[in-house]
Amino acid sequence: MKIGVIVFPGSNCDRDMYHVLTDVFKLDAEYFWHEKGLPKNIDAVILPGGFSYGDRLRSGAIAAHSPIIKDVKKMAEKGIPILGVCNGFQILVEAGLLPGALLKNTSLNFMCKWTSLIVENNKTPFTNKLKLHQKIPIPIANGEGRYYVDDETLKKLKKKNQIVFRYSEVVNGSSDRIAGVCNEDGNVVGMMPHPERAAESEINPIDNKPSSLIFESLLTTIGVKN
Amino acid sequence: MATFNVHVTIENKPGISDPEGETILNDLVLKGTHSAISKIKTAKMLKFTIKEKDKKSAQTRVQEICDELRIYNPMVSKITIDVFVA
Repeated sequence: MKIGVIVFPGSNCDRDMYHVLTDVFKLDAEYFWHEKGLPKNIDAVILPGGFSYGDRLRSGAIAAHSPIIKDVKKMAEKGIPILGVCNGFQILVEAGLLPGALLKNTSLNFMCKWTSLIVENNKTPFTNKLKLHQKIPIPIANGEGRYYVDDETLKKLKKKNQIVFRYSEVVNGSSDRIAGVCNEDGNVVGMMPHPERAAESEINPIDNKPSSLIFESLLTTIGVKN
Repeated sequence: MATFNVHVTIENKPGISDPEGETILNDLVLKGTHSAISKIKTAKMLKFTIKEKDKKSAQTRVQEICDELRIYNPMVSKITIDVFVA
């Protein structure tokens, strides 16, 4: 069982993610540089946060064309669990694997604070250990985190149960307070907040259990007994 | 073949809020004596220099590049292309 953590030029949460996967959840993880391909024996892929290509053009737009994205798309089609966090979410959106767009926060600020999420879909590979409507205390850290979808797409997201997380309060002007979505099949999930910064009690002043369950969901999905 | 400068303006579609433009309007321009201004929209411009046989081909080629590489996200943005002889 191996989790691939993709590293783009400008990724800066790759090590946090690797640490949580390996040190906290005892998973076998490996970094993959974006110019290389992904081996076939990968059981899940994580695109971490950061500022790939310095957010040139717009967040995620250039990394979405990195060579490794071809393999990510193939794996997405095969149903392999794929998680994009923050910039990873922006990259998945720009690569066309998830719908919508991520715009500058309404406040125009880079927002770095604790907020909380409500679980809206607990059937994905990253939420199956969470309860529906469970609250997750979690930090956000982004400048372009305002998720936007047009009305037609929003209706479709609701109908197909693709809204995975909502903010419990209005945070940055996102459509329908959306903080995370999945593709139609549910195996590709993107979220702006950072579960890897909230899964340990040492760095979570509120409650680290809900964010831990995001990783434990993945363990269950790929069949690792913890 | 001639050389053309092709300006691609990327801006939010109508109805998509532009908090940066609103801030420039409300907190800078309207705080002076420029009450005639009613709206400011921000945009990003990319200036391409391209060799093509004519203006129309230059415009078509750049439009294709913008679509193919998703230079703009069609969910929220639109582009305007202006071609000039270099």
